[in-house]
Amino acid sequence: MTGPPPLIEIRNLTRTYNIGRTALHALKNVSLTIEHGEYVAVVGTSGSGKSTLLNILGLLDRPTEGTYNIRKQDAGDLTDRQRTTLRNREIGFVFQEFNLLARATARRQAELPLFYAGVSRKESRRRALNALAQVGLADRADHRPEELSGGQRQRVAIARALVNSPSLLLADEPTGAIDTQTGEEVMALFEQRHLEGLTLLIVTHDREIAARARRIITLRDGAVISDERRPAPAAAP
Amino acid sequence: MRLLKYFPLAVENIAVRKLRSFLTMLGVIIGVASVLTTLGIGRGASADIMQDIASEGLTLLIVESGTNSDQTWTSGQPLTMADVAALSDPSLHPDIVQAVPLYRQYIHLGTGNTSRFIEVVGTTPAYAAIHNLELTQGRFLTEQEIAQRTKSVVIGADVAQWQFAGADAVGKSLRITNEPYTVVGVLRKRGWDRFGNMDIRAVIPLAVAQDRLRSTSPAHRHRGEYTVSEIHVNAVSIERLDAAARQVEQTLRLRRVLTEDEPNDFNIDNQAWLLETANSVAATLTAFLAGIGAISLLVGGIGIMNIMLVSVTERTSEIGLRKAVGAHNRDILLQFLVEALMLTLVGGLIGIAISYGLAEIVKSFSSPDFPLVVLIEPGSLAAALSVSAVCGLLFGLYPAIRATRLDPIEALRHE
Ligand SMILES: Nc1ncnc2c1ncn2[C@@H]1O[C@H](COP(=O)(O)OP(=O)(O)OP(=O)(O)O)[C@@H](O)[C@H]1O
Ligand SMILES: [Mg+2]
Repeated sequence: MTGPPPLIEIRNLTRTYNIGRTALHALKNVSLTIEHGEYVAVVGTSGSGKSTLLNILGLLDRPTEGTYNIRKQDAGDLTDRQRTTLRNREIGFVFQEFNLLARATARRQAELPLFYAGVSRKESRRRALNALAQVGLADRADHRPEELSGGQRQRVAIARALVNSPSLLLADEPTGAIDTQTGEEVMALFEQRHLEGLTLLIVTHDREIAARARRIITLRDGAVISDERRPAPAAAP
Repeated sequence: MRLLKYFPLAVENIAVRKLRSFLTMLGVIIGVASVLTTLGIGRGASADIMQDIASEGLTLLIVESGTNSDQTWTSGQPLTMADVAALSDPSLHPDIVQAVPLYRQYIHLGTGNTSRFIEVVGTTPAYAAIHNLELTQGRFLTEQEIAQRTKSVVIGADVAQWQFAGADAVGKSLRITNEPYTVVGVLRKRGWDRFGNMDIRAVIPLAVAQDRLRSTSPAHRHRGEYTVSEIHVNAVSIERLDAAARQVEQTLRLRRVLTEDEPNDFNIDNQAWLLETANSVAATLTAFLAGIGAISLLVGGIGIMNIMLVSVTERTSEIGLRKAVGAHNRDILLQFLVEALMLTLVGGLIGIAISYGLAEIVKSFSSPDFPLVVLIEPGSLAAALSVSAVCGLLFGLYPAIRATRLDPIEALRHE
């Protein structure tokens, strides 16, 4: 019995940074498989390679060695155009540093993926406002980053990641800058989308948030030291 | 059509980065305005110089009896008033405006130690026009004085200085060959030209000169007609100068009954050397101006380059983010292209407006003695606009192209 192919399959992945004459191995020989519809938390100490892994999975960076197959396609064989199209249509990415445009309003930030997807201005506006409303920023649509708090900026970045209804969400500490209450709301939003089929990969330092996932991958010094699957939480009656 | 969606984006990006946009445009504005103004002032000055040279009588033909070849002078039949009359027939000489006779004699002014040698020229009022004579006092000879053979004289600046020591000369009397002439005008100081020193000259009515300043050479009369020393023929234009010379030649040969194998016994001189000088002056000026233009374009271009390089490097992380969320390289390039085009074109138009404003200001400092003309030519306008547009595009696009080659994460990390 063969199910659908895995969404993500990495084999012996290594990412090396050359700093001067020394080589720093941010990822060492990592192999992982992630199926469609999984809900994965990635944890690990600071500097253990979580962001590096996420960047490679999000087609923002390339491995130094090893293979990365996304939907059975070797990412190394994809053209720049194909990688860009995949990022635009299939992958939502929440950056650890948010990475908002310095001078654009929240609505413009959220519209950005739609602009490049060729969605009409009217429809983009509607969807962007909708995504902002979902992260509780309906009243901040016309604010620029310097007029927003850290947590509000993070939520703009989340709205931007979800606006294109991706099939894979890669979120690098998406609740790092927000309070527990708002963090709960954001996680509820992710889990709502997860129920609708979104594959979730969330990097977090927060034990409670990690505990919500069905699978927890732990990194240390660029290597996977544990990969535990947990049973589905008892379904609410 | 797909290009259209980048225009609102460009407008937003320009509006949102006011300082950067302003500095970029400033580079273009300064480049375009400085090129247009310096070239305009230079062109104006050169047009002015060319006009000065042209006023020196580029359209003039000087007809003399006798020929001068291989530095040997061969005399010919004298020119007469009948020749002048013949050359004045416009139907046979369509390229001639007028033929002005000159009868000249050198005389001593005063006696003893204080005597001076001057040139007396008998001619008609047209002489003043074809030689662009200007007067500091009084007026030139009138047709009436010519017809009535009045003993009036217009004197050169030096003659006026010697005789009247700078005092008002008009109305005073001047003795030429022991006869009194009334001074009616004084010429502006002019110095030497092809025709000698204008400042030591006295101009009197033609018939008076022919009657009173008799000489043996040239013969005073020839076949019953008064002779003239030279005929100054004014052609309609520089282009028609050769045609006018041929018309003069034909008429004179006919009148002298020269057979086909007989050479001319008269000489038609023009001021082609003056034209050559004028052309070489113009060529030098043009080269000089082109140099200045190139330098200001270079300066403007470097200004544009700097601000574009700085601002686009600054925007590398923006490019990284746009790529990360789905911008293809073409999207990035079109965005920067449209932005750079808008900035350089708007800056170019402002630069043009400023240079026209400066031209007006420069013109307001102009005076008859020191004319300042600013000539902004379509050629330099097009050059300034296109060079600044090319600079804007080149330096606006190059860093963007570089940034698109990076993986999004590298561009995002760019400080
Ligand atoms: N661009 C880079 N150049 C050099 N070294 C880098 C670079 N990016 C990351 N590293 C190194 O790679 C290692 C892993 O970094 P990474 O950002 O993946 O850690 P992380 O697990 O996300 O940490 P944190 O929890 O603090 O975000 C670190 O030691 C870091 O110093
Ligand atoms: Mg990290």
